[in-house]
Amino acid sequence: MKILTGNDLRSGAVTWWNGTGWSLFVDDAVDVGEEAEEILAREEAARRVNAPYACQATIDAAGHVRPAHIKDRVRALGPTVRRDLAVPTAQKTGWDWVI
Amino acid sequence: MYRYDSYDQAMVDARVAEFRDQARRRLEGKLTEDQFKPLRLTNGLYLQLHAYMLRVAIPYGTLDSRQMAMLATIADKYDRGYGHFTTRQNIQYNWIKLEDCADALADLATVEMHAIQTSGNCIRNISSDHFAGAAADEVVDPRPYAELMRQWSSFHPEFTYLPRKFKIAVIASEKDRAAMRLHDIGVRIVKRDGEVGAQFYAGGGMGRTPMVAPLIRDFVPIDQFITYAEACLRVYNRYGRRDNKYKARIKILVHELGAAEYIRQVEEEFAHLLSVGVEPPREELARIAEYFALPPFRHPSESWDLEQLQSKVAGDPSFRWDDGFGQWVRQNTHPHKAPGYVSAVISLKPAGGIPGDATSDQMRVVARLAKEYSFDELRVMHTQNLLLPHVRIADLPAVWAALDAAGLGSANMDTIEDIIACPGLDYCSLANARSIPLAQRISERFAQSGRTELVGELKLKISGCINACGHHHAGHIGILGVDKKGKENFQLSLGGSEAEDVSLAKITGPGFDEDGVIAAVETVTEVYLASRTEGERFLDTYRRIGMEPFKEALYG
Ligand code: HEM
Ligand code: SF4
Repeated sequence: MKILTGNDLRSGAVTWWNGTGWSLFVDDAVDVGEEAEEILAREEAARRVNAPYACQATIDAAGHVRPAHIKDRVRALGPTVRRDLAVPTAQKTGWDWVI
Repeated sequence: MYRYDSYDQAMVDARVAEFRDQARRRLEGKLTEDQFKPLRLTNGLYLQLHAYMLRVAIPYGTLDSRQMAMLATIADKYDRGYGHFTTRQNIQYNWIKLEDCADALADLATVEMHAIQTSGNCIRNISSDHFAGAAADEVVDPRPYAELMRQWSSFHPEFTYLPRKFKIAVIASEKDRAAMRLHDIGVRIVKRDGEVGAQFYAGGGMGRTPMVAPLIRDFVPIDQFITYAEACLRVYNRYGRRDNKYKARIKILVHELGAAEYIRQVEEEFAHLLSVGVEPPREELARIAEYFALPPFRHPSESWDLEQLQSKVAGDPSFRWDDGFGQWVRQNTHPHKAPGYVSAVISLKPAGGIPGDATSDQMRVVARLAKEYSFDELRVMHTQNLLLPHVRIADLPAVWAALDAAGLGSANMDTIEDIIACPGLDYCSLANARSIPLAQRISERFAQSGRTELVGELKLKISGCINACGHHHAGHIGILGVDKKGKENFQLSLGGSEAEDVSLAKITGPGFDEDGVIAAVETVTEVYLASRTEGERFLDTYRRIGMEPFKEALYG
C-alpha cells in the first residue's frame, strides 16, 4: 500500500497521514492509493506538515503498518542507536522489525 | 582567544532577529518551505530524518568554557541533552524545534557563537589544526590567519552564492592534522627566510569524486594572503559549473581545467586584485593576533616532565602506569611548545559508544576542566574528539580522574577504537546505511579483545553514503554504506590518509553485509599483524605489501 509521511512543521517530529490528520504512530497510517499527490499538496499548503512524501508499506495480519524501505522504518521508530529516545511508535511496537 | 568586537556582535544579533522573523513567517504560513528552506539553511537549520537539525559553527574548532557551557545549556533547553561534534569541528543538535530555533540562536549569540554559513553554497566554517597555538612543531599559530579568513568570508557579498559549498582549512606545520589537502582550499602558513607567508592548495575534497588538492602557490607574502584567496574564489565563482550539482565543486573545475590553467587564471586575477587593493589593513591582522597571545605558562620548575609524572604516581593504584592512566598519557597527550605542558585529547569514543556524541553533563565537565587546567581553552578535533590544549603535566592525574569519572577517559586516540563515523541512517536523510552501529561494534570488539594497543595507529572512517562526511576515502580503513536492493551493504577500502602523507583509499572488492564487514575489518588487521615489520603502522604495511594479500584473505 501507499502511505504518506512528513515532519511536523513546528517540532519536526515524524508524522503519518491517518486519513484526517497527522499521527505520530505509524500504525495509524492509511492507504492513500491514487490520492497521494492531492493530499500532499493540500496538507503542505495548509502547513500541517513539512516536506511530506509518499512511500510504500505493507500491513501485516495483526494490522501493523510496516514501511517498505529501511529509511522509513528508521523514521518510524527513531535512531536505532538511541532507543532511549525512541518515538512513541517504538514504545508501542518494539524494535524488532526495524531492519 | 578571539573576542567579538562591536561589529561582529551587531552582525550576529541582527541575524538572529532576522531569522526570528523568517521563522515566524514560516510558522504563520506566509512562507512556503521552498521559500524558507534557503533561509533556514544559511542559519544552519536542516531538516533531517527525525527532526530539524541545527549545526553551530565553532571557528577553527576553538572555544572557551563559557561557550562549551552554553552548548550544554542549549542541549538541555532545546534538545535532548546531547550534541554531536563533527569532522568539521562543529556541533550538531538533532532535535531542535523550529519554534525554538531563534531562541537557541539568541542564546548562542550571548557567547559569541552562531550557525551562520554552516550550510549552503558559501564559504563554510574555517577549520584548522586542533593543536594550533600549542603544538611543538608549528611555525606560528595558524588561528589568527584562520580568523582573518573567517572575517573576510563572513557575509562576503560576492561569495554568498557560489556554485557549491566551499571549505577551507588553515594549518601551520609540516604535519597535517586537519585534512588540509582534502579541502576546497588548503592553506599552510610557512616561514621562508624569516618571512611568514602562505602556501596554497586548491581543489581537494571528498564526496563522490575524491581528490587531493594540488599545490597552486608555494608562497604568498602574508600581506597578500586574503587577496590571493579572493582570486582563487573569484575564478571558481566565475567558472565553476552551476549546471550540475555533482560537478560544481572547485575540485572538478581544477581537474577539468588542469592545475596549470587554473593557476594561470588565478595569477591573472591576483595581479588585478593587487592593483585594486582588497587586502585588509595589516593592523587588523596584528589586532587579531593579540587575541591569540600565548597564555601565561608557568615556569617549567612548577611542572614535571613525563618521566617525573610516572615516578610521582608510581605505587598509586588509582594511576596505574601500564594501563588506565599511563596508557591515556601515552596515547592521548601531544607534545606542547611550552616545557612542562601537553595537549590532552578528550576521547568521545568510548568502546561501544557513538563517535562524537557528548551529553550536556559531559560538556559541563569539559568546560570546568578547561577553566581550571587549560587557560579556559578547548578545541574540537576533526576526529570528533575534544581537546584541552594547554595542560600542565603535573595536573594530568587530576584531569584524567575527572574525565574518567565522566566516561571521557578512553585512551584510544588514533587507534582502531577512535573511529570517525558520520550520523548515517540513524539520523541523516541522505544515508544509505547506518554507520554508527558499525563503529560501536568494531570499537567494542577491539576493546574487549585487548588488541587495540597491539594494532597501534589505525584510522578507521565510516560514511553512510557517498557524500563522505565520515572521511572514508581518507581512512587507513574506510567503510562506505551503500544501498543494495533496499538492504544495507558496506564497501571496504584500504590505504587512505588525510595527513601529510595524504592518499585516497582503494576499494577491496565486492561489499559486505554488517556482520561481514566487521569480520572483514578483523581479517585485514590480522593480515597487517602477520605482515608488519618493526615499527610499521597499518598504513605503512599496506603501502609496502599492496592490496593483494588483503584481497586474498578477504575473498580467497
Ligand atoms: C546529517 C546531516 C548532513 C547532511 C545532510 C550532509 C550533507 C553533505 C553533503 C551533501 C556532502 C557532499 C558535498 C559534496 O560532495 O559536494 C557532505 C560532505 C561532507 N560533510 Fe556532511 N552532511 C551532514 C552531516 C555531516 C556531519 C555530521 C559531518 C561531520 C561529522 C559532516 C561533514 C562533512 C564533510 C567533512 C564532508 C566531506 C568533505 C567535502 O566537502 O568534500 N557532514 N555533507
Ligand atoms: S556521509 Fe551521507 S549519510 Fe553520512 S552524514 Fe554525510 S550525507 Fe549523511
